[in-house]
Amino acid sequence: METLVSLIFTTDFISSVIRVTTPILLATMAVLVSSRAGVLNISIEGTMLFSALMGVVGSSYTGSAWLGLLIAVISGVAFSYLLAFFHLRLKTDVILTGIALNLFSSGFTVFLLFMLTGDKGVSTKLASKVLPNINIPFIEDIPVLGKIISGQNFLTYAAVISVIALHIFLRKTRTGTYIRAVGESPEAVATAGKSVNNIRQTALLISGGLAGLGGAFMSMAYLSMFTKDMIAGRGFIALAAEAMGMSNPFLSFLASLLFGFADALSNNLQLINIPSELTRVVPYLLTIIALAIYAARAKAKSKS
Amino acid sequence: MDILQMNEISKVYGNGIYANRRVNFSVCEGEIHALVGENGAGKSTLMKVLFGLEKPDSGQIIVKGTPVSFQSPQDAMAIGIGMVHQHFMLVPSLSVTENVTLGFEPMGKAFIDRKTARKKVQELSDTFDLKIDLDMPASKLAVGIKQKVEILKALYRGARILILDEPTAVLTPQETVELFIQLKALKEKGFTVIFISHKLREIKQLTDRVSVMRRGELVASVNTEDVSEEEISSMMIGGGYSGHIVKSPAVPKENLVEIKDVKWKDRNSVPVVNGVTFSVRAGEIVGIAGVEGNGQDELIEMITGLKRYDSGEIQMFGSSIKNEEISSLRERGMSYIPSDRMTLGVATSMSIENNLISTKINDPSIYSGKLLSASKIAQLSAKLVSDFRIKCGSSKTEVSMLSGGNIQKVVVAREFTQNARLIIAEQPTRGIDVGAAEFIHNKLVELRDSGCGVLLVSADLDELTKLSDSIIVLHNGQISAYIENVSAVSEIELGHYMLGVNKQSASDIGRAYHTK
Repeated sequence: METLVSLIFTTDFISSVIRVTTPILLATMAVLVSSRAGVLNISIEGTMLFSALMGVVGSSYTGSAWLGLLIAVISGVAFSYLLAFFHLRLKTDVILTGIALNLFSSGFTVFLLFMLTGDKGVSTKLASKVLPNINIPFIEDIPVLGKIISGQNFLTYAAVISVIALHIFLRKTRTGTYIRAVGESPEAVATAGKSVNNIRQTALLISGGLAGLGGAFMSMAYLSMFTKDMIAGRGFIALAAEAMGMSNPFLSFLASLLFGFADALSNNLQLINIPSELTRVVPYLLTIIALAIYAARAKAKSKS
Repeated sequence: MDILQMNEISKVYGNGIYANRRVNFSVCEGEIHALVGENGAGKSTLMKVLFGLEKPDSGQIIVKGTPVSFQSPQDAMAIGIGMVHQHFMLVPSLSVTENVTLGFEPMGKAFIDRKTARKKVQELSDTFDLKIDLDMPASKLAVGIKQKVEILKALYRGARILILDEPTAVLTPQETVELFIQLKALKEKGFTVIFISHKLREIKQLTDRVSVMRRGELVASVNTEDVSEEEISSMMIGGGYSGHIVKSPAVPKENLVEIKDVKWKDRNSVPVVNGVTFSVRAGEIVGIAGVEGNGQDELIEMITGLKRYDSGEIQMFGSSIKNEEISSLRERGMSYIPSDRMTLGVATSMSIENNLISTKINDPSIYSGKLLSASKIAQLSAKLVSDFRIKCGSSKTEVSMLSGGNIQKVVVAREFTQNARLIIAEQPTRGIDVGAAEFIHNKLVELRDSGCGVLLVSADLDELTKLSDSIIVLHNGQISAYIENVSAVSEIELGHYMLGVNKQSASDIGRAYHTK
């Protein structure tokens, strides 16, 4: 127990919480924008995976991490367009389509990787770039806090900014207002003469872009390569985090931090001789517990 | 001067039914024009065509002398036609201002210009004297206010012709009065109102002209003052409607359901039902009156087992229902016609047949051996469809394809053929046409005479006083009056009890519980 406490209360640990929260946070925001529009995008997992590969491929072919990031984001948007096309235009079931896209992504990324490198597991043969860490002047000099806040990856800051940006977008812009409206009362939007499908498509494309950032973080920051199925359920954890955060950007941020904490804990517990098979369970166990608590509360709330 | 003409409009739906057949409908500028007809007569379709929600198969719409063709509601709005839908189209979490301006927000550089938006809506609501808190989210508004927001929305979008689809169906009498004042004020300002309603009395009160539709055709357009309510209703159903119910005095027998000091609090610990005691006997119709939101919904939910009571006791057929499943209450003879028929009454995407047998699934008469028999089900359904005069293509038709009145008939056909001893009917004729309502009224009386107990909840005082043998008035979750001689009570008196102006003595109220 003592080792555990001494493990948690270190700047390294807290800094690692923030690092591992990044992809979950981006995925959570991706889920959030789609679910506010009334379409639950469960293909975030597959979108991130696809973007993770495309980021690696893009950066190795262009030689630029930034172009790689751009390609990852575009890939995420394109991948989400598939969901939008099938669900909104062809009226397929959104959950089934999401599952199909996730499975497709899992297989297709390995296929692409094999075509490009001859390897089926990792992209080490591609000379891909990583996104830089950023030291913030002044803040980096603050004791303790500086070590935690400064020196994180570019995308970590981008993720935090995305929370605020999304909040403003949803509340203050026209498109954001329509996204909220369409999620709650599509008829109201339709009778106002706006296309429900177009608004939902916009939301899905934004969702894909955010997931693309999350995928890029995985292969260009968290690791410096692509590995098979490297998203490892983060896209699904994001669904739980968004539900816990009750579709509110800031509460969802807090919820993703909780999952980030669990993730970091599971990484660190391995250091103190707890079998890794057991520690790996922690984030997923927390997901189930969190969802159970959330569901119980929702049930109690709707008692009337 | 006709502001609007609809010429020879025809609309055929996919199932081959003529929703509109060569309808000629015209409205003068600055009048309130009633459009009446039974459910399924084609009023809604005609208005959908007018509002650009449906495209007519043939015919022409002329607005202010120019032929127009609408591809979408936006086209209709652009030309000054606005619609207040029966089911409100408001986004719950958006404020009144946001809802009103939705789709037409004034813009700043990147963001919505909230100040201008609010100012515009404020001006509009001042002009038309529609007093609303503009910053309140729509979810927190009362029904009457929501309707005002809908009207405001239409006006904000530049409507000069307002279509109101059964606007009073959801309103309390007080709200209805207020709405009428506002509509008349709109008329004074030169607006044109098309008012869809079933309530003939309201049409007489409010409108200048009335157009009657029957089976997809427009059968008459007349000045309202030239016709009586009876004449309008006979034009609607094509036959005489007596308007009153013939029934003999009740012969009440034993108590079927006994409610003793029942209480229920909502999650904010507000007592919604606060100590209600009464009983319903076999062979009588007990009506429950009350302004919406005074505990009647919750009371019925507790009696039917949808909700558990906090304290007190409810006994049905001689035993407590405290821990009873709804299915066992039904097995013992309880029948329930819920007010929310689309959610609780039917499975809309299933066939009439499936809906009819949904509560008879344990009935051996629809089985052959261990399996359900399609032919026996079809036989039973066909009989119910004809007995209850459900208008449909076949009993395999999806319920959602039916009109409101016919959907209610499906519910009633199922509930009335359960060998029920106790029928709980909640708003049984709300929003349905005169013909269907009369049919249901007569059935209820018939069942009462055969020894059923009926507990009737209705917002329609007319229905309540005509049908009930005794009336319980609820106010603030408590009984404020028990009226045994229903024919002697006036609606004004009832209104006073409903609003809590008057209250009977405890001993009078105590008589609602019959000891036997």
